[in-house]
Amino acid sequence: MVTRPSEASLVDLPSPAALDRIAVSESGFVFDPTTGDSYTINATGLTLLKLFRQTRELAPLVAAVVAEHEVDPVRAERDILEFATALRQYLRA
Amino acid sequence: MTVRRTIAVTGMNARADNPAPGLAVARCLRESGLPLRIVGLGYDALDPGLYSSRCDAGYLLPYPSAGEEAVFERLADIHEVEHFDAVIPCLDSELSVFATLEDRLLGLGVRSFLPTHEQLRARDKGHLTELAKRVGVRYPETRPISDSSFFMDSVKNGWDYPLVVKGPLFDAQVVRTPEEAVQAFRRIAAVWGLPILVQRVVEGDEFNLAGLGDGRGGMVGAVMMKKRGLTDKGKAWAGVTIHDDRLLELGRSIVAALRWRGPLEVEAMRGPDGDYYLIEINPRFPAWIYLSAGVGCNLPAALCALIMGEPPPILPPPQAGTLFIRSAEEIIVPLVAFESVMLTGHVSATGGAAKP
Repeated sequence: MVTRPSEASLVDLPSPAALDRIAVSESGFVFDPTTGDSYTINATGLTLLKLFRQTRELAPLVAAVVAEHEVDPVRAERDILEFATALRQYLRA
Repeated sequence: MTVRRTIAVTGMNARADNPAPGLAVARCLRESGLPLRIVGLGYDALDPGLYSSRCDAGYLLPYPSAGEEAVFERLADIHEVEHFDAVIPCLDSELSVFATLEDRLLGLGVRSFLPTHEQLRARDKGHLTELAKRVGVRYPETRPISDSSFFMDSVKNGWDYPLVVKGPLFDAQVVRTPEEAVQAFRRIAAVWGLPILVQRVVEGDEFNLAGLGDGRGGMVGAVMMKKRGLTDKGKAWAGVTIHDDRLLELGRSIVAALRWRGPLEVEAMRGPDGDYYLIEINPRFPAWIYLSAGVGCNLPAALCALIMGEPPPILPPPQAGTLFIRSAEEIIVPLVAFESVMLTGHVSATGGAAKP
């Protein structure tokens, strides 16, 4: 039986189209070709942006951030949710 | 055999804070690889483009307000010397005169590719409400006024500040108080006349589209840009190419609805909800048109093909993410060149005096 993640365990991300359209460099420079806006993000943000393109599920996102950036899971979850909110605002999607 | 053509380009007043498009158009043509001789046409001996190496010669014209006959006679005189094949007017205030003169100029062998009077009227600031309805785009409420007393009661009448005060042809200022509004009204009316237009402010980001209509409803090419840096006059001194299908569609809809013939610039605001509001349609290339050459979509070069009745080149979609940053630099002008413009209204690329 396949179990689907509940809505509560999914992160409210920008639309997949918005996440796909932005250009992200390894240095953390982000350019949105639709709005012409550009941003810089830190290493954690870069990790998250790449992961957001793969999954909306909170658990694997938290696990990946904990593993890569040596932060505790509570802090990782808070950072993920805050970053997702900021991205939605910046990308207006 | 390749024919070397001569193209006359107006709008050489490339002042640093608010440049006219002519010199940028000349630069696009110069870098197009087309075998062209470029003649710059200006209105003032201090118009920088007249002395730029991007023009092979420069001439002064009478202001359009001098009337069609005066402009035609001067163009005919210049044509006797330069034998130019085409003319590209680059200023809003010239378009009506050049549209009127199109056939007479063609009689001299001077081609152009211009919007008709009807097309010009349909996109002027007084008719944009109707046009916006036709193409299904939002347009901020706008009202023509001929008396500055409007601003004293404007809040009571539902026109809250800030507002935009606009000239009938050119110039616009955001105002935040009735006093500021009256000042702007007087300043703009003194230069551009009445009526003045009052427009509600749309919050959001400004986007611009430079395009080229083929006169049959099609758009030959388009470059979209978001302003990233503004001068005190609200003009772009930095911008970045973008790609937004909705803005492109807006440009296409306008060109199709008007069967637009020639260059145009669509100015639009994107509100917080992501929807576009039409702000203005300029019947010419914008001052930032060199960006089109910078992204491999040289619209002035494509215009040359349309002017000559040739099929326009197939332009690649411009890549988003290319910036322009405008810089001011000095052109060194020998006194003899300045003297020549002052006395004869002409200068050659070598800085020489006027031909007899």
